[in-house]
Amino acid sequence: MFDSNNALSTKARNLKPSGIRKFFDLLSGREGVISLTVGQPDFATPWHIRDAGIDSIADGHTFYTSNRGTPELRSEISRYMDRRFGLSYCPENEILVTVGASEAIDLAIRALIDEEDEVIVPVPSFVCYGPLIEMCGGRVIPVETAPKDGFKLTPEALSDAVSEKTKLIILPYPSNPTGAILDREDLAALREVILKTPAVVLSDEIYAELTYGKKHTSIATLPDMKERTIVINGFSKAFAMTGWRLGFSCAPEALTEAMFKIHQYAIMCAPTVSQYAATEALKNGDDDIEIMKAEYDRRRKYLTKALSEIGLPCQCPEGAFYVFMKLSHCGLSSEEFCERLLEEHNVAIVPGTAFGDCGEGYARLSYAYSLDHLKEAVRRMDRFVKSLNYVAFL
Amino acid sequence: MEPILELLQENSIYSTEDMASMLGMDKDEVEDKIARYKEEGILLGGHAIIDYDKLENNHIVALIELKVNPQRGRGFDKIAESIYRYPEVKSLYLMSSSGYDLLVTVEGNSMKEIAYFVARKLAPIEDVVSTSTHFILKKYKSHGLVHRSIPVDERENCN
Repeated sequence: MFDSNNALSTKARNLKPSGIRKFFDLLSGREGVISLTVGQPDFATPWHIRDAGIDSIADGHTFYTSNRGTPELRSEISRYMDRRFGLSYCPENEILVTVGASEAIDLAIRALIDEEDEVIVPVPSFVCYGPLIEMCGGRVIPVETAPKDGFKLTPEALSDAVSEKTKLIILPYPSNPTGAILDREDLAALREVILKTPAVVLSDEIYAELTYGKKHTSIATLPDMKERTIVINGFSKAFAMTGWRLGFSCAPEALTEAMFKIHQYAIMCAPTVSQYAATEALKNGDDDIEIMKAEYDRRRKYLTKALSEIGLPCQCPEGAFYVFMKLSHCGLSSEEFCERLLEEHNVAIVPGTAFGDCGEGYARLSYAYSLDHLKEAVRRMDRFVKSLNYVAFL
Repeated sequence: MEPILELLQENSIYSTEDMASMLGMDKDEVEDKIARYKEEGILLGGHAIIDYDKLENNHIVALIELKVNPQRGRGFDKIAESIYRYPEVKSLYLMSSSGYDLLVTVEGNSMKEIAYFVARKLAPIEDVVSTSTHFILKKYKSHGLVHRSIPVDERENCN
Protein backbone atom coordinates (compact mmCIF):
# COMPACT_ATOMS: atom_id res chain seq x y z
CA MET A 1 0.00 0.00 0.00
CA PHE A 2 1.18 3.48 -0.77
CA ASP A 3 2.55 5.21 2.33
CA SER A 4 2.51 8.96 1.80
CA ASN A 5 4.80 9.45 4.79
CA ASN A 6 7.56 7.70 2.86
CA ALA A 7 7.01 10.11 0.04
CA LEU A 8 7.96 13.12 2.16
CA SER A 9 11.36 14.75 2.03
CA THR A 10 13.49 14.27 5.11
CA LYS A 11 13.41 18.01 5.70
CA ALA A 12 9.64 18.26 5.54
CA ARG A 13 9.25 15.21 7.73
CA ASN A 14 11.61 16.59 10.35
CA LEU A 15 9.96 19.98 10.44
CA LYS A 16 8.35 20.43 13.86
CA PRO A 17 4.78 21.72 13.99
CA SER A 18 4.70 25.28 15.26
CA GLY A 19 4.38 25.47 19.04
CA ILE A 20 1.94 28.31 18.71
CA ARG A 21 -0.24 26.18 16.44
CA LYS A 22 -0.45 23.46 19.05
CA PHE A 23 -1.94 25.91 21.49
CA PHE A 24 -4.36 27.34 18.95
CA ASP A 25 -5.67 23.83 18.35
CA LEU A 26 -6.77 23.68 22.01
CA LEU A 27 -8.89 26.72 21.32
CA SER A 28 -10.90 25.45 18.41
CA GLY A 29 -14.46 24.52 19.20
CA ARG A 30 -14.47 26.17 22.63
CA GLU A 31 -17.31 28.56 23.36
CA GLY A 32 -17.12 31.83 25.25
CA VAL A 33 -13.35 32.11 25.11
CA ILE A 34 -11.84 35.53 25.65
CA SER A 35 -8.83 35.28 23.43
CA LEU A 36 -5.74 37.46 23.51
CA THR A 37 -3.90 35.33 21.02
CA VAL A 38 -4.40 36.93 17.66
CA GLY A 39 -1.33 38.40 15.99
CA GLN A 40 -3.14 40.78 13.71
CA PRO A 41 -4.81 44.19 13.98
CA ASP A 42 -8.48 44.31 14.98
CA PHE A 43 -9.09 47.22 12.61
CA ALA A 44 -10.48 46.51 9.19
CA THR A 45 -8.30 47.95 6.42
CA PRO A 46 -9.06 51.70 6.15
CA TRP A 47 -11.90 52.24 3.69
CA HIS A 48 -10.02 54.32 1.12
CA ILE A 49 -7.52 51.47 0.77
CA ARG A 50 -10.26 48.84 0.39
CA ASP A 51 -11.95 51.14 -2.11
CA ALA A 52 -8.78 51.35 -4.20
CA GLY A 53 -8.67 47.55 -4.25
CA ILE A 54 -12.30 47.38 -5.39
CA ASP A 55 -11.66 50.02 -8.06
CA SER A 56 -8.71 48.05 -9.39
CA ILE A 57 -10.94 45.03 -9.91
CA ALA A 58 -13.73 47.14 -11.44
CA ASP A 59 -11.20 48.72 -13.80
CA GLY A 60 -10.13 45.29 -14.97
CA HIS A 61 -6.65 45.18 -13.43
CA THR A 62 -6.93 41.44 -13.15
CA PHE A 63 -3.67 40.36 -14.76
CA TYR A 64 -0.24 39.42 -13.42
CA THR A 65 1.88 42.44 -12.70
CA SER A 66 5.57 42.79 -13.34
CA ASN A 67 7.30 40.01 -11.34
CA ARG A 68 8.87 42.59 -9.04
CA GLY A 69 5.56 44.36 -8.38
CA THR A 70 4.02 47.29 -10.25
CA PRO A 71 6.46 50.12 -10.99
CA GLU A 72 4.08 52.55 -9.28
CA LEU A 73 3.99 50.53 -6.05
CA ARG A 74 7.77 50.12 -6.04
CA SER A 75 8.17 53.89 -6.47
CA GLU A 76 5.77 54.48 -3.60
CA ILE A 77 7.66 51.99 -1.42
CA SER A 78 10.89 53.81 -2.24
CA ARG A 79 9.36 57.16 -1.22
CA TYR A 80 7.79 55.63 1.88
CA MET A 81 11.05 54.10 3.12
CA ASP A 82 12.74 57.46 2.66
CA ARG A 83 9.90 59.45 4.26
CA ARG A 84 9.36 57.21 7.28
CA PHE A 85 12.77 55.64 7.94
CA GLY A 86 15.34 57.74 6.07
CA LEU A 87 16.34 54.86 3.76
CA SER A 88 16.95 55.22 0.04
CA TYR A 89 16.30 52.29 -2.28
CA CYS A 90 16.06 52.19 -6.06
CA PRO A 91 12.59 51.04 -7.20
CA GLU A 92 14.03 49.38 -10.33
CA ASN A 93 16.44 46.92 -8.77
CA GLU A 94 16.48 47.13 -4.98
CA ILE A 95 12.81 46.64 -4.10
CA LEU A 96 10.80 43.45 -4.45
CA VAL A 97 7.06 43.18 -3.71
CA THR A 98 6.23 39.85 -2.06
CA VAL A 99 3.31 37.81 -0.75
CA GLY A 100 3.49 39.15 2.78
CA ALA A 101 6.69 39.87 4.63
CA SER A 102 6.68 36.09 5.22
CA GLU A 103 7.56 35.39 1.60
CA ALA A 104 10.33 37.96 1.73
CA ILE A 105 11.81 36.22 4.79
CA ASP A 106 11.65 32.87 3.02
CA LEU A 107 13.25 34.32 -0.13
CA ALA A 108 16.07 35.95 1.80
CA ILE A 109 16.86 32.73 3.65
CA ARG A 110 16.68 30.63 0.49
CA ALA A 111 18.83 33.09 -1.42
CA LEU A 112 21.59 33.04 1.19
CA ILE A 113 21.68 29.73 3.03
CA ASP A 114 23.52 26.59 1.95
CA GLU A 115 23.78 23.33 3.90
CA GLU A 116 25.58 23.86 7.23
CA ASP A 117 25.52 27.64 7.04
CA GLU A 118 24.80 29.17 10.41
CA VAL A 119 22.04 31.67 11.03
CA ILE A 120 21.78 33.72 14.21
CA VAL A 121 18.20 33.88 15.51
CA PRO A 122 17.51 35.89 18.67
CA VAL A 123 14.87 34.17 20.82
CA PRO A 124 12.15 34.37 21.96
CA SER A 125 10.96 35.41 18.51
CA PHE A 126 8.42 34.79 15.79
CA VAL A 127 8.11 31.13 14.88
CA CYS A 128 8.98 31.14 11.17
CA TYR A 129 12.74 31.70 11.04
CA GLY A 130 14.01 28.35 12.35
CA PRO A 131 11.88 26.08 10.14
CA LEU A 132 12.63 28.11 6.99
CA ILE A 133 16.37 27.92 7.78
CA GLU A 134 16.11 24.14 8.35
CA MET A 135 14.38 23.70 5.00
CA CYS A 136 17.56 25.10 3.42
CA GLY A 137 19.76 22.79 5.47
CA GLY A 138 21.09 25.72 7.46
CA ARG A 139 21.87 25.57 11.16
CA VAL A 140 19.86 27.71 13.54
CA ILE A 141 21.99 29.34 16.22
CA PRO A 142 19.45 30.59 18.75
CA VAL A 143 20.67 33.47 20.89
CA GLU A 144 18.69 33.92 24.06
CA THR A 145 17.69 37.43 25.01
CA ALA A 146 17.07 38.15 28.65
CA PRO A 147 14.48 40.14 30.58
CA LYS A 148 17.29 42.05 32.32
CA ASP A 149 18.30 43.40 28.88
CA GLY A 150 14.69 44.12 28.00
CA PHE A 151 14.81 41.13 25.62
CA LYS A 152 17.21 43.04 23.37
CA LEU A 153 19.95 41.22 21.52
CA THR A 154 23.20 42.34 23.19
CA PRO A 155 26.54 42.72 21.39
CA GLU A 156 28.12 40.32 23.91
CA ALA A 157 25.59 37.57 23.19
CA LEU A 158 25.89 38.14 19.45
CA SER A 159 29.69 38.11 19.63
CA ASP A 160 29.62 34.75 21.46
CA ALA A 161 27.30 33.27 18.87
CA VAL A 162 28.94 34.28 15.61
CA SER A 163 31.52 32.08 13.90
CA GLU A 164 33.22 31.93 10.52
CA LYS A 165 30.18 29.94 9.36
CA THR A 166 27.69 32.69 10.24
CA LYS A 167 25.98 33.57 7.01
CA LEU A 168 22.96 35.47 8.22
CA ILE A 169 21.90 37.38 11.33
CA ILE A 170 18.20 37.83 11.88
CA LEU A 171 17.14 40.99 13.67
CA PRO A 172 13.45 40.68 14.45
CA TYR A 173 12.73 44.07 16.02
CA PRO A 174 10.29 45.52 17.05
CA SER A 175 9.81 42.08 18.52
CA ASN A 176 6.94 39.68 18.40
CA PRO A 177 6.45 38.42 21.16
CA THR A 178 8.42 40.63 23.57
CA GLY A 179 7.61 44.11 22.25
CA ALA A 180 11.30 45.01 22.55
CA ILE A 181 12.78 47.52 20.13
CA LEU A 182 16.40 48.35 19.30
CA ASP A 183 17.27 52.03 19.29
CA ARG A 184 20.21 53.62 17.51
CA GLU A 185 22.67 53.00 20.38
CA ASP A 186 21.70 49.33 20.61
CA LEU A 187 22.12 48.95 16.87
CA ALA A 188 25.44 50.80 16.84
CA ALA A 189 26.81 48.36 19.41
CA LEU A 190 25.58 45.36 17.40
CA ARG A 191 27.03 46.88 14.23
CA GLU A 192 30.55 46.71 15.72
CA VAL A 193 30.17 42.95 16.05
CA ILE A 194 28.43 42.45 12.71
CA LEU A 195 31.06 44.33 10.71
CA LYS A 196 33.69 41.85 11.90
CA THR A 197 31.75 39.01 10.28
CA PRO A 198 30.90 38.28 6.64
CA ALA A 199 27.23 37.93 7.60
CA VAL A 200 24.23 39.55 5.98
CA VAL A 201 21.53 41.01 8.26
CA LEU A 202 17.88 40.18 7.72
CA SER A 203 16.08 42.99 9.50
CA ASP A 204 12.44 41.99 9.92
CA GLU A 205 10.80 45.38 10.42
CA ILE A 206 7.17 44.39 9.98
CA TYR A 207 6.25 46.22 13.22
CA ALA A 208 8.39 49.29 12.43
CA GLU A 209 5.39 51.63 12.40
CA LEU A 210 4.17 50.42 15.77
CA THR A 211 6.64 51.87 18.25
CA TYR A 212 5.55 53.97 21.19
CA GLY A 213 7.48 57.00 22.32
CA LYS A 214 10.54 56.28 20.18
CA LYS A 215 10.71 56.25 16.42
CA HIS A 216 11.89 53.02 14.81
CA THR A 217 15.48 52.99 13.58
CA SER A 218 16.50 50.58 10.85
CA ILE A 219 19.98 49.09 11.13
CA ALA A 220 20.37 49.82 7.41
CA THR A 221 20.65 53.54 8.25
CA LEU A 222 23.94 52.94 10.10
CA PRO A 223 27.23 53.41 8.20
CA ASP A 224 28.35 50.43 6.08
CA MET A 225 25.23 48.47 7.02
CA LYS A 226 22.93 49.08 4.05
CA GLU A 227 25.14 47.06 1.71
CA ARG A 228 24.77 43.95 3.88
CA THR A 229 21.19 44.33 5.10
CA ILE A 230 17.91 43.04 3.74
CA VAL A 231 15.14 45.19 5.18
CA ILE A 232 11.78 43.41 5.21
CA ASN A 233 8.51 45.17 5.82
CA GLY A 234 4.91 44.90 4.72
CA PHE A 235 1.39 46.25 4.90
CA SER A 236 -0.20 43.83 7.38
CA LYS A 237 0.53 45.55 10.67
CA ALA A 238 0.94 49.21 9.73
CA PHE A 239 -2.13 49.41 7.48
CA ALA A 240 -4.20 46.56 8.96
CA MET A 241 -3.93 44.58 5.71
CA THR A 242 -3.12 41.06 6.88
CA GLY A 243 -5.55 39.35 4.52
CA TRP A 244 -4.17 41.14 1.47
CA ARG A 245 -0.89 39.23 1.84
CA LEU A 246 1.51 41.92 0.76
CA GLY A 247 5.03 42.69 1.88
CA PHE A 248 8.30 43.81 0.38
CA SER A 249 12.05 43.64 0.70
CA CYS A 250 14.61 46.37 0.26
CA ALA A 251 18.16 45.24 -0.32
CA PRO A 252 21.24 45.91 -2.46
CA GLU A 253 20.86 44.87 -6.09
CA ALA A 254 22.81 41.59 -5.93
CA LEU A 255 20.78 40.32 -2.98
CA THR A 256 17.50 41.54 -4.49
CA GLU A 257 18.31 39.80 -7.79
CA ALA A 258 18.86 36.45 -6.09
CA MET A 259 15.62 36.77 -4.15
CA PHE A 260 13.88 37.93 -7.31
CA LYS A 261 14.88 34.78 -9.21
CA ILE A 262 13.34 32.52 -6.58
CA HIS A 263 10.24 34.71 -6.33
CA GLN A 264 9.82 34.68 -10.09
CA TYR A 265 9.85 30.89 -10.27
CA ALA A 266 7.86 30.19 -7.11
CA ILE A 267 5.29 32.96 -6.95
CA MET A 268 5.41 34.95 -10.23
CA CYS A 269 4.04 38.10 -8.64
CA ALA A 270 2.16 39.31 -5.58
CA PRO A 271 -1.64 39.65 -5.96
CA THR A 272 -2.54 42.49 -8.30
CA VAL A 273 -5.55 43.78 -6.35
CA SER A 274 -3.43 43.96 -3.20
CA GLN A 275 -0.75 45.93 -5.00
CA TYR A 276 -3.26 48.55 -6.14
CA ALA A 277 -4.67 48.82 -2.62
CA ALA A 278 -1.18 49.08 -1.15
CA THR A 279 -0.28 51.89 -3.54
CA GLU A 280 -3.20 53.87 -2.13
CA ALA A 281 -2.10 52.99 1.41
CA LEU A 282 1.34 54.46 0.81
CA LYS A 283 0.03 57.53 -1.01
CA ASN A 284 -2.67 58.53 1.47
CA GLY A 285 -2.40 56.29 4.50
CA ASP A 286 0.14 57.91 6.83
CA ASP A 287 -2.67 59.34 8.98
CA ASP A 288 -4.31 55.91 9.31
CA ILE A 289 -1.11 54.59 10.85
CA GLU A 290 -1.14 57.34 13.47
CA ILE A 291 -4.79 56.79 14.37
CA MET A 292 -4.36 53.02 14.84
CA LYS A 293 -1.08 53.48 16.68
CA ALA A 294 -2.69 55.90 19.14
CA GLU A 295 -5.35 53.31 19.84
CA TYR A 296 -2.80 50.52 20.42
CA ASP A 297 -0.85 52.84 22.67
CA ARG A 298 -3.85 53.40 24.95
CA ARG A 299 -4.51 49.69 25.20
CA ARG A 300 -0.82 49.02 25.85
CA LYS A 301 -0.84 51.44 28.76
CA TYR A 302 -4.11 50.06 30.09
CA LEU A 303 -3.05 46.42 29.87
CA THR A 304 0.41 46.77 31.43
CA LYS A 305 -1.05 48.73 34.33
CA ALA A 306 -4.00 46.38 34.82
CA LEU A 307 -1.73 43.30 34.75
CA SER A 308 0.68 44.74 37.28
CA GLU A 309 -2.29 45.49 39.56
CA ILE A 310 -3.33 41.82 39.56
CA GLY A 311 0.20 40.65 40.28
CA LEU A 312 1.34 39.85 36.76
CA PRO A 313 3.99 42.46 36.05
CA CYS A 314 5.40 42.98 32.57
CA GLN A 315 7.90 45.33 31.03
CA CYS A 316 6.03 48.03 29.19
CA PRO A 317 6.54 46.99 25.56
CA GLU A 318 7.98 49.67 23.29
CA GLY A 319 6.79 48.19 20.03
CA ALA A 320 4.38 45.83 18.20
CA PHE A 321 1.08 44.98 19.95
CA TYR A 322 2.08 42.34 22.46
CA VAL A 323 2.77 42.23 26.16
CA PHE A 324 5.23 39.56 27.27
CA MET A 325 3.94 38.78 30.73
CA LYS A 326 5.96 37.18 33.51
CA LEU A 327 4.21 34.30 35.25
CA SER A 328 7.09 32.26 36.70
CA HIS A 329 6.28 33.49 40.23
CA CYS A 330 2.83 31.81 40.00
CA GLY A 331 4.35 28.36 40.49
CA LEU A 332 3.25 26.98 37.12
CA SER A 333 5.07 26.43 33.86
CA SER A 334 4.04 28.60 30.92
CA GLU A 335 2.08 25.79 29.33
CA GLU A 336 0.38 24.82 32.59
CA PHE A 337 -0.53 28.42 33.28
CA CYS A 338 -2.00 28.96 29.84
CA GLU A 339 -3.80 25.62 29.69
CA ARG A 340 -5.36 26.08 33.13
CA LEU A 341 -6.29 29.67 32.41
CA LEU A 342 -8.09 28.39 29.33
CA GLU A 343 -9.69 25.40 31.06
CA GLU A 344 -10.76 27.17 34.25
CA HIS A 345 -11.46 30.72 33.12
CA ASN A 346 -11.80 30.55 29.35
CA VAL A 347 -9.04 33.04 28.59
CA ALA A 348 -6.57 32.22 25.85
CA ILE A 349 -3.02 33.54 25.86
CA VAL A 350 0.04 32.03 24.20
CA PRO A 351 2.72 30.32 26.34
CA GLY A 352 6.11 32.01 25.97
CA THR A 353 7.64 28.65 25.07
CA ALA A 354 5.88 28.80 21.70
CA PHE A 355 8.54 31.37 20.78
CA GLY A 356 11.56 29.40 21.99
CA ASP A 357 12.46 27.44 25.10
CA CYS A 358 13.73 30.59 26.80
CA GLY A 359 10.17 31.94 26.74
CA GLU A 360 9.49 29.66 29.74
CA GLY A 361 8.03 31.67 32.60
CA TYR A 362 6.28 34.05 30.22
CA ALA A 363 3.17 34.33 28.09
CA ARG A 364 2.30 36.52 25.14
CA LEU A 365 -0.82 38.64 25.26
CA SER A 366 -1.95 40.52 22.19
CA TYR A 367 -3.62 43.87 22.81
CA ALA A 368 -5.09 44.13 19.33
CA TYR A 369 -8.51 43.97 21.02
CA SER A 370 -11.09 46.46 22.26
CA LEU A 371 -10.77 47.84 25.76
CA ASP A 372 -13.90 45.99 26.90
CA HIS A 373 -12.40 42.72 25.67
CA LEU A 374 -9.12 43.41 27.47
CA LYS A 375 -10.96 44.32 30.67
CA GLU A 376 -12.91 41.08 30.68
CA ALA A 377 -9.69 39.13 30.11
CA VAL A 378 -8.00 40.93 33.01
CA ARG A 379 -11.02 40.29 35.27
CA ARG A 380 -10.86 36.57 34.55
CA MET A 381 -7.08 36.44 34.92
CA ASP A 382 -7.39 38.19 38.27
CA ARG A 383 -9.73 35.44 39.48
CA PHE A 384 -7.30 32.81 38.21
CA VAL A 385 -4.26 34.34 39.90
CA LYS A 386 -6.21 34.73 43.15
CA SER A 387 -7.22 31.05 43.00
CA LEU A 388 -3.54 30.09 42.57
CA ASN A 389 -2.49 32.27 45.49
CA TYR A 390 -5.25 30.79 47.62
CA VAL A 391 -4.04 27.26 46.96
CA ALA A 392 -0.44 28.31 47.62
CA PHE A 393 -1.57 29.86 50.89
CA LEU A 394 -3.29 26.67 52.05
CA MET B 1 -7.74 67.74 20.56
CA GLU B 2 -7.08 66.98 24.21
CA PRO B 3 -6.64 63.22 24.71
CA ILE B 4 -9.31 63.05 27.43
CA LEU B 5 -11.84 64.72 25.16
CA GLU B 6 -10.84 62.42 22.33
CA LEU B 7 -11.49 59.38 24.52
CA LEU B 8 -14.82 60.73 25.77
CA GLN B 9 -15.94 61.58 22.29
CA GLU B 10 -15.16 58.05 21.24
CA ASN B 11 -16.88 56.44 24.21
CA SER B 12 -18.44 58.52 26.96
CA ILE B 13 -18.93 55.51 29.22
CA TYR B 14 -15.20 54.98 29.87
CA SER B 15 -14.56 55.18 33.59
CA THR B 16 -12.05 57.72 34.84
CA GLU B 17 -9.84 54.81 36.01
CA ASP B 18 -9.79 53.33 32.53
CA MET B 19 -9.05 56.66 30.95
CA ALA B 20 -6.26 57.25 33.44
CA SER B 21 -4.60 53.92 32.62
CA MET B 22 -5.02 54.35 28.88
CA LEU B 23 -3.46 57.80 28.96
CA GLY B 24 -0.82 57.00 31.56
CA MET B 25 -2.26 59.63 33.95
CA ASP B 26 -3.51 59.66 37.55
CA LYS B 27 -7.21 59.17 38.15
CA ASP B 28 -7.30 62.47 40.06
CA GLU B 29 -5.67 64.27 37.18
CA VAL B 30 -8.31 62.94 34.78
CA GLU B 31 -11.13 63.91 37.13
CA ASP B 32 -9.72 67.41 37.62
CA LYS B 33 -9.45 67.93 33.90
CA ILE B 34 -12.98 66.69 33.26
CA ALA B 35 -14.28 69.01 35.98
CA ARG B 36 -12.46 71.90 34.33
CA TYR B 37 -13.85 71.09 30.87
CA LYS B 38 -17.32 71.10 32.38
CA GLU B 39 -16.76 74.41 34.17
CA GLU B 40 -15.48 76.00 31.01
CA GLY B 41 -18.47 74.71 29.08
CA ILE B 42 -16.22 72.70 26.77
CA LEU B 43 -17.63 69.37 27.87
CA LEU B 44 -21.41 69.61 27.67
CA GLY B 45 -22.27 65.99 28.44
CA GLY B 46 -22.15 62.46 27.12
CA HIS B 47 -24.79 60.26 25.56
CA ALA B 48 -25.08 56.55 25.00
CA ILE B 49 -25.71 55.73 21.36
CA ILE B 50 -28.58 53.27 21.21
CA ASP B 51 -29.71 51.31 18.19
CA TYR B 52 -33.47 51.68 18.76
CA ASP B 53 -34.22 49.27 15.93
CA LYS B 54 -32.99 46.47 18.20
CA LEU B 55 -35.44 47.49 20.96
CA GLU B 56 -39.21 47.11 20.97
CA ASN B 57 -39.74 50.82 21.61
CA ASN B 58 -41.17 53.14 19.10
CA HIS B 59 -38.59 55.80 18.60
CA ILE B 60 -39.11 58.25 15.78
CA VAL B 61 -36.71 60.98 14.76
CA ALA B 62 -37.58 63.81 12.38
CA LEU B 63 -35.52 66.55 10.82
CA ILE B 64 -37.57 69.71 10.41
CA GLU B 65 -36.56 72.57 8.20
CA LEU B 66 -37.86 75.94 9.34
CA LYS B 67 -37.96 79.05 7.22
CA VAL B 68 -38.12 82.08 9.51
CA ASN B 69 -37.98 85.86 9.35
CA PRO B 70 -34.95 87.12 11.29
CA GLN B 71 -35.82 89.80 13.84
CA ARG B 72 -34.41 93.29 13.76
CA GLY B 73 -31.37 93.59 16.01
CA ARG B 74 -31.57 89.99 17.23
CA GLY B 75 -31.17 87.98 14.07
CA PHE B 76 -32.18 84.37 14.65
CA ASP B 77 -31.17 84.02 18.29
CA LYS B 78 -34.49 84.91 19.90
CA ILE B 79 -36.46 82.61 17.60
CA ALA B 80 -33.95 79.85 18.23
CA GLU B 81 -34.43 80.28 21.95
CA SER B 82 -38.18 79.85 21.69
CA ILE B 83 -37.59 76.62 19.77
CA TYR B 84 -34.84 74.93 21.77
CA ARG B 85 -36.77 75.35 25.03
CA TYR B 86 -38.99 72.41 24.04
CA PRO B 87 -37.52 69.17 25.43
CA GLU B 88 -38.75 67.37 22.31
CA VAL B 89 -36.15 69.38 20.38
CA LYS B 90 -32.87 67.44 20.50
CA SER B 91 -30.79 69.67 18.27
CA LEU B 92 -31.10 73.00 16.56
CA TYR B 93 -28.79 74.48 13.97
CA LEU B 94 -28.72 77.69 11.96
CA MET B 95 -28.00 76.64 8.41
CA SER B 96 -26.42 78.24 5.36
CA SER B 97 -29.08 76.81 3.04
CA SER B 98 -30.95 79.03 0.59
CA GLY B 99 -34.16 77.03 1.12
CA TYR B 100 -34.52 77.31 4.90
CA ASP B 101 -32.84 78.79 7.99
CA LEU B 102 -33.10 76.48 10.98
CA LEU B 103 -32.74 72.71 11.14
CA VAL B 104 -34.48 71.08 14.11
CA THR B 105 -34.19 67.47 15.26
CA VAL B 106 -37.25 66.24 17.11
CA GLU B 107 -37.70 62.86 18.76
CA GLY B 108 -41.02 61.25 19.66
CA ASN B 109 -42.91 57.98 20.00
CA SER B 110 -44.84 58.21 16.76
CA MET B 111 -44.98 60.16 13.52
CA LYS B 112 -48.32 61.56 14.62
CA GLU B 113 -46.89 62.86 17.89
CA ILE B 114 -44.14 64.66 16.03
CA ALA B 115 -46.51 65.99 13.38
CA TYR B 116 -48.72 67.45 16.14
CA PHE B 117 -45.70 68.97 17.84
CA VAL B 118 -44.73 70.73 14.63
CA ALA B 119 -48.26 71.89 13.90
CA ARG B 120 -49.07 73.02 17.45
CA LYS B 121 -45.74 74.27 18.76
CA LEU B 122 -43.25 75.09 16.02
CA ALA B 123 -45.41 76.36 13.15
CA PRO B 124 -47.31 78.92 15.26
CA ILE B 125 -44.12 80.60 16.56
CA GLU B 126 -44.08 84.18 15.39
CA ASP B 127 -41.71 84.73 12.46
CA VAL B 128 -41.76 81.02 11.48
CA VAL B 129 -42.79 81.25 7.84
CA SER B 130 -42.92 77.60 6.88
CA THR B 131 -41.96 74.09 8.05
CA SER B 132 -40.96 70.96 6.22
CA THR B 133 -40.79 67.68 8.16
CA HIS B 134 -38.62 64.71 7.17
CA PHE B 135 -38.94 61.47 9.13
CA ILE B 136 -35.92 59.25 9.46
CA LEU B 137 -36.89 55.78 8.26
CA LYS B 138 -33.67 53.90 8.97
CA LYS B 139 -30.39 54.81 10.60
CA TYR B 140 -27.40 53.30 8.87
CA LYS B 141 -24.76 55.22 10.77
CA SER B 142 -24.93 57.80 13.52
CA HIS B 143 -22.27 59.48 15.65
CA GLY B 144 -19.63 57.69 13.63
CA LEU B 145 -21.05 54.27 14.46
CA VAL B 146 -22.61 51.86 12.01
CA HIS B 147 -25.96 50.37 13.09
CA ARG B 148 -25.80 46.68 12.28
CA SER B 149 -25.89 43.24 13.75
CA ILE B 150 -23.32 42.45 16.41
CA PRO B 151 -19.86 42.42 14.83
CA VAL B 152 -18.03 39.09 14.95
CA ASP B 153 -14.28 38.82 15.38
CA GLU B 154 -13.41 36.78 12.32
CA ARG B 155 -9.67 36.95 12.79
CA GLU B 156 -7.95 33.58 12.63
CA ASN B 157 -4.98 32.56 14.71
CA CYS B 158 -2.31 32.35 12.01
CA ASN B 159 0.89 32.34 14.06
